[in-house]
Amino acid sequence: MHNPENAESPRGATDLTRREFLIAGTATVALTGCMGLGTKSATEMKPQQAAATRVSFHVNGKPCQLELDNRTTLLDALRERLHLTGSKKGCDQGQCGACTVMVGDRRVVSCLTLAVMHEGSLITTIEGLGTPEHLHPMQTAFVKHDGYQCGYCTPGQICSAVAMLREIKAGMPSHVTSDLTAQPKLTADELRERMSGNICRCGAYSNIAEAITEIAGRTA
Amino acid sequence: MRPFTFERAKTPADAAAAAARHPDAKFIAGGTNLLDLMKLQIETPAHLIDVNGLGLEKIEATQEGGLRIGALVRNADLAAHHRVRRDYGVLSRALVAGASGQLRNMATTAGNLLQRTRCPYFYDTNQPCNKRLPGSGCGAIGGFSRPHAVIGVSDACIATHPSDMAVAMRVLDATVETINPDGSARKIPIAKLHCLPGDTPHIETVLMPGELITGVTLPKPVGGKHIYHKVRDRSSFAFALVSVAAIVQPDGTGRVALGGVAPKPWRVEEAEAELPRGAKVFTARLLAGARPTPENAFKLRLVERIVASVLAEAKGAQV
Ligand SMILES: Cc1cc2nc3c(=O)[nH]c(=O)nc-3n(C[C@H](O)[C@H](O)[C@H](O)COP(=O)(O)OP(=O)(O)OC[C@H]3O[C@@H](n4cnc5c(N)ncnc54)[C@H](O)[C@@H]3O)c2cc1C
Ligand code: SF4
Ligand code: FES
Ligand code: FES
Repeated sequence: MHNPENAESPRGATDLTRREFLIAGTATVALTGCMGLGTKSATEMKPQQAAATRVSFHVNGKPCQLELDNRTTLLDALRERLHLTGSKKGCDQGQCGACTVMVGDRRVVSCLTLAVMHEGSLITTIEGLGTPEHLHPMQTAFVKHDGYQCGYCTPGQICSAVAMLREIKAGMPSHVTSDLTAQPKLTADELRERMSGNICRCGAYSNIAEAITEIAGRTA
Repeated sequence: MRPFTFERAKTPADAAAAAARHPDAKFIAGGTNLLDLMKLQIETPAHLIDVNGLGLEKIEATQEGGLRIGALVRNADLAAHHRVRRDYGVLSRALVAGASGQLRNMATTAGNLLQRTRCPYFYDTNQPCNKRLPGSGCGAIGGFSRPHAVIGVSDACIATHPSDMAVAMRVLDATVETINPDGSARKIPIAKLHCLPGDTPHIETVLMPGELITGVTLPKPVGGKHIYHKVRDRSSFAFALVSVAAIVQPDGTGRVALGGVAPKPWRVEEAEAELPRGAKVFTARLLAGARPTPENAFKLRLVERIVASVLAEAKGAQV
């Protein structure tokens, strides 16, 4: 969690207690958004013409236009170009879920998709879910239930959990759904199975499950 | 990752034609397998053709009472489709047994069929691998081979095909539809899509350069009990050690295909006549000629036991 994101927060990271620091991390302070982007950095690191492509998408409601080296993953575009460092790089191989963001209302791992494949996409990162003043209910629940230790997996867990509850509502089955044609319910088994794409190295699983269960009960 | 040029294709014909213009091109769909391999420089395309804008994300009923699944239908949407859940349960079950919620939202029907092996030597560019670098040898033969194939293998390669979805499609007799750069279309029975390794493990399918998968059709539903049983090292988000896709009819006849044991979904139609005689007799026929390694010989017993459990489940027994 020694991320430059806090350096841009109204109070410097140094003013925060560890506890407040983690809470801020849950909401991952969104300040720069997409403003003033693309212009300076694009000229600074102008990629080889043939290997670069222009792409426009919305991130957290704001339109962004970037010219990107084709190799840039969505995760790297968010973190390195848009400075939205809430989404984390854990494995860069689709195995940990730390980079989970939403494209439309679907959760995806942003490390295994190219930014240039997202022309016109509506992308939501942890910074767009809530703000420190107005946390998303799932963020509040993670804070309340202590759904983290180091906090590294947390933005991915929260994005994943919010989208996962929508998937259940939409009736999407999972590996542990017993009747394929019935509306699935959020049992403990369903929750664990559906969240298996988000690994927590600190093993905060039981608290994460409690946080999600609380919100599921509220939105069901 | 090596640099590459990028284009967004607008129609299937455009995509196939673009591939013919760039000899080193690859299609990219979900990207979940291709990008992983590009980061490791196991795949090094000079040009990528984004096929996400081709309008191939529909699932439609066919005149014959079956289903046509567009090549770009996401694994999550296919698993959740009402007709698939009702009439092709084995496919829905196989899909939700694979990968994670996030990956299933990205992975496409065509990309899933064409995903490459998870052999750890294939993934490690410091190791010999005939599939990755023809002629370099096979690290798995005589090495760590617990997850590898036990049948359909060769002296050059013992890798498995990792897909769950493809195993269910094999048991459903799916047909893969393609379009070529010259505009011609063809239909390939799923049984013929993947090749056995022989001396050329780097050739994995019968697809020609630039041939684009446009969709997969399923014949009309055959009824019966649909079961997909996957055994893996952890209970979620892991590839199969062994998986069994089965459709069993009330009279005990049925169809069975296996995942995790061969370079392609493994099904032997002639063996299915033995199904009513039980798991032991049937499995002996299904796996006749198997060539396991000492590390993965356990898969033979495991197949028999899973088949026994699947047959019991089909009869309605509690398992
Ligand atoms: C961590 C992890 C765990 C996984 N676990 C499982 C699992 O348990 N079970 C399982 O079955 N799978 C699993 N997968 C694999 C996953 O299912 C595949 O990566 C996915 O299905 C590939 O689809 P895609 O659309 O992303 O393909 P891409 O990566 O876009 O493409 C794969 C290949 O298909 C080609 N291609 C794509 N579309 C077309 C087309 N229309 N015509 C011709 N060629 C095309 C591409 O050129 C490329 O060679 C896992 C993946 C990851 C990363
Ligand atoms: S089993 Fe096949 S993929 Fe694995 S190392 Fe041997 S040749 Fe390569
Ligand atoms: S960083 Fe994307 S899944 Fe691990
Ligand atoms: S809180 Fe540390 S990895 Fe999950």
